[in-house]
Amino acid sequence: MRGEEYRLGSALRGGLLFVRGVPGVALGDRVVVRDHAGHTRNGQVIRTSEEVVLVQVLEGTDGLDLERTWTRFLEQPFEIALSQELMGRIFNGVGRPRDDRPPLVSSIRRNVNGSPMNPAARTRPREFIQTGISTIDGLYSLVRGQKLPIFSGPGLPHNRLAAQIVRQSRIIGEQTRFAVVFAAMGVSYADAHFFQDDFERDGVLGNVVMYINLADDPPIERLILPRTALTAAEYLAYDLGMHVMVILTDITNYAEALREVAMARGDVPARKGYPGYLYSDLAEIFERAGRIRSRSGSITMVPVLSMPSDDITHPIPDLTGYITEGQIVLSRELHNQGVYPPVDLLPSLSRVMKDGIGAGETREDHPRVANQIYASYARAIEVRNLASIIGTEDLSETDRRYLEFARSIETQFVTQGENEDRSIIDTLTLAWQLLSLLPPGELGRVREADLVKYHRQKQAAEAP
Amino acid sequence: MSAVLGRIIEVNGPIVTVFLPQVTVGEQVRVGELALVGEVIGRDGGRAVVQVYESTESLAPGQSAVPLGHPLAAELGPGLLGNIFDGLQRPLTEILKQSGDRIARGLTVASLDRTRLWHFEPAPGLGIGSTIAGGTVIGAVSETETVMHRILVPPDVNGELMNLAPAGEYGVEQVIAQVRSRDGTQHPLRLYHRWPVRKARPYGRRDQAGVPLITGQRVLDTFFPLLKGGRAAVPGAFGAGKTMVQQQIARWSNAGIMIYLGCGERGNELVEILETFPQLTDPYTGRLLMERTLLVANTSNMPVVAREASIYMGVTLAEYYRDQGYDVVMVADSISRWAEALREVAGRLEQMPVEEGHPAYLASRLSAFYERAGRVQTLAGGYGSVSLIGAVSPPGGDFSEPVTSHTKEIVQAFWALSKELADARHYPAIDWTESYSGYVDAAAGWWAKNVDPRWSAHRTEALGLLLQSDELARIVNLVGPEALSPAQRWVLEAAALLKEGLLQQSALDDVDSFCSPERQFALLDLLLDLYHQGRDLLGKGVPVQRLLQLPVLGRARRAKSVYSNGQVDGLKVFAAEMRDAFQPLSLEYARSREGSA
Repeated sequence: MRGEEYRLGSALRGGLLFVRGVPGVALGDRVVVRDHAGHTRNGQVIRTSEEVVLVQVLEGTDGLDLERTWTRFLEQPFEIALSQELMGRIFNGVGRPRDDRPPLVSSIRRNVNGSPMNPAARTRPREFIQTGISTIDGLYSLVRGQKLPIFSGPGLPHNRLAAQIVRQSRIIGEQTRFAVVFAAMGVSYADAHFFQDDFERDGVLGNVVMYINLADDPPIERLILPRTALTAAEYLAYDLGMHVMVILTDITNYAEALREVAMARGDVPARKGYPGYLYSDLAEIFERAGRIRSRSGSITMVPVLSMPSDDITHPIPDLTGYITEGQIVLSRELHNQGVYPPVDLLPSLSRVMKDGIGAGETREDHPRVANQIYASYARAIEVRNLASIIGTEDLSETDRRYLEFARSIETQFVTQGENEDRSIIDTLTLAWQLLSLLPPGELGRVREADLVKYHRQKQAAEAP
Repeated sequence: MSAVLGRIIEVNGPIVTVFLPQVTVGEQVRVGELALVGEVIGRDGGRAVVQVYESTESLAPGQSAVPLGHPLAAELGPGLLGNIFDGLQRPLTEILKQSGDRIARGLTVASLDRTRLWHFEPAPGLGIGSTIAGGTVIGAVSETETVMHRILVPPDVNGELMNLAPAGEYGVEQVIAQVRSRDGTQHPLRLYHRWPVRKARPYGRRDQAGVPLITGQRVLDTFFPLLKGGRAAVPGAFGAGKTMVQQQIARWSNAGIMIYLGCGERGNELVEILETFPQLTDPYTGRLLMERTLLVANTSNMPVVAREASIYMGVTLAEYYRDQGYDVVMVADSISRWAEALREVAGRLEQMPVEEGHPAYLASRLSAFYERAGRVQTLAGGYGSVSLIGAVSPPGGDFSEPVTSHTKEIVQAFWALSKELADARHYPAIDWTESYSGYVDAAAGWWAKNVDPRWSAHRTEALGLLLQSDELARIVNLVGPEALSPAQRWVLEAAALLKEGLLQQSALDDVDSFCSPERQFALLDLLLDLYHQGRDLLGKGVPVQRLLQLPVLGRARRAKSVYSNGQVDGLKVFAAEMRDAFQPLSLEYARSREGSA
């Protein structure tokens, strides 16, 4: 069977090729499809029976016919070659070069689907990553091995934020920088080049592997692209011992491609036409982040996801939120006010930050400061809502201070330059400066000792 | 039977159709060159539909299919506690040794350690010729420092005891007893036996007696109690703190045995339990928590069919310890992921979907699962219980979706998590308006007898204040606080005190992470007393502003983190001090009244 070509296609539909009369084809096997002009495409067997084999053609089925299309079953799973030469390269979703350089040659080949990590092999993510961005470091700290997505919307600066995270991320006290695996699914040429230029300007291109599928590339390729990219990331992290940061953008395009194929296959839709296995499918991708006890490397993941109609309850952000360890949510309102990065403090969350901050990691008061900023800002937003109804005149003195606090948080703490790299100590100092706008009695989430040490009201009172 | 050889006809994701006549529905089958295990879920002529527990990649039509002659069964015996198993009861630490960081396919790993020896003590009073029935305790081994593991006769065996091993060290495979049934068949008994997971283990009879399960979480125990043997659900949108609530229950419940089932959730959450539990001590026994805990883990990236099986595996293990006379609690996180696994299989079988793609049998499967909870008289005559607490992850936080709404019809305690409360960092974010418990009356008897007869009245009053304050808060949001009467503003303050000083409970606070029933009541009593004192003063004409400025309010808020479970007396002293703090105001206004009169 191997090496033999069949011209037995019986149907073409939505990126799928149905082949009849080839018995014994294994599920998941790689397929080469050759069209009438001699060009080859990659395929994968997604359903197989004695009568008919279903091939998902990753480059799409446009331009194929049934009469002159030849199919070859390679009798091997979907694998990519891996070596240190990956660094600095650009590939497409199936691992073919996009940078006019020769394909990667290596004896190490891995199945892109990986295999599930044994929970007993994992260890908890715990080292604090300083991104230099106050909202993230101060309130929603990223730790090594975490998966922390950016929930965004069309037109919001999620790519700029992701690029800034990549540029500035480091572990305090460590010299080595993160190796970056960048996976782009269905993004525009401009967006892809924005990242490429950014890496180039920063001089880190040699430290980056890019997997790119543009908006006009075949959508089905987006299904395999994150798996290819993560297989590379796993190799870098667990074979070569690197700390890898993986940027996946945009998960929404991925999920839409999944829906497209599910529909063509006739899968039963669950919500908004997405297949019932969307959760498990996304989990297969996101759960590849983490740390393994016996290995020195790690995979930290920052997926970017644009929420359709800014709706956080849409199945894609919803299911993602159930899998990832928190989320950074961007706000259109803040963006329209010119705040960069427009991080919406209230719905954002980092689940594993408690293990990475505090004494010995950042600073002893950090967990309480984060809690206090959040609580006070939430209170301030309530006051702001009230003020929009009854006006500011009727507010108490304390409430007016809350209004000022909210504005200062947004314009000083959240707002920062795209190249501004704040240390965590600077971030905490700024946090205390702003908390000092409120009377100490309002700060119930910090300790007395914190107030004595960091609250500035005393100095203000002593000043002439 | 195993001589029968079939072949694969079709592979569609986890569903493999094989040609295999005479195979029984529910029977296990090994398919393909990797010998992957699955179970038959349907027959059609000579064909059988098999759902395979592992990834079916590389399976091809024409490869072999071999029936194994038995359904998916759990191995029940010593060596379960302290362990972490996958949904098929394969020990994950053993898999780690065999296949490294990744779970390889087609592994066969024994559930119970075959090399370990256990010290067996035969049950006194049993001898040759004794009549033995299913469920009889024939001896015990000390499984951990805290848990005595009773060796049970399998439920389907009875007859005459022909032989019982003396005290000594035995491996699980060694025969420790022989039973001859009436028809003359010999049954060798070992330290373990097998039981099919999809079949509920038999018991003597159901028992209604109600003792609350103490979780040490105030909002649960005081406001929405669960009984031992009860059924509860914890629904919540992502980020509402579902997992934290489940973990707190797993940590602090006064259960004899705790089973934590990670069903389709994050790997790192199980790691957190694995890394933290061995350092935590049980507040009831002072021993390590891990000694009474076992984990069943089928994380979201592990195969979906094994996830479907994992809840049955978990509840079978729970029933087994129940049959030994323990109060067992199983925390399942999350039932929604199990339902999704069910939906995925149903979808592959092209079954007609009813709601959001879920099959029509979702509700009946769900209720059959929860029905395995309960307090029973065991076959051996003792009492044991299984409490089931299932997390639900409603899409978009919408409680009207099928899994949540069906669950609501089944459970008696509904602990609804609110995104708004979580966003306000009110943890645990259990919403007092949406939550309910059908066990309040039964629990009240216990609280009245063991803690304080005023429990029921206090609980009702506190809930009333909270609901009243929610109403008032709506008014404030429209027209500002000035529109309220002093009494109403005091109600708002009292509710705020209850929220901060009682309902909110930090899992990270060493003093407050676990709250004993006595301390729960003392705090409730303290805060209500404060409310009553203030109300009386308002009646005497004290302006509400004066009350709101009293420093004692701040101390009352923080009392939960100041007085530990061992310092309930200190709380009572503080309550007296608090009354003293109101005294000057009371005198001042009593005098001014007299003056004006």
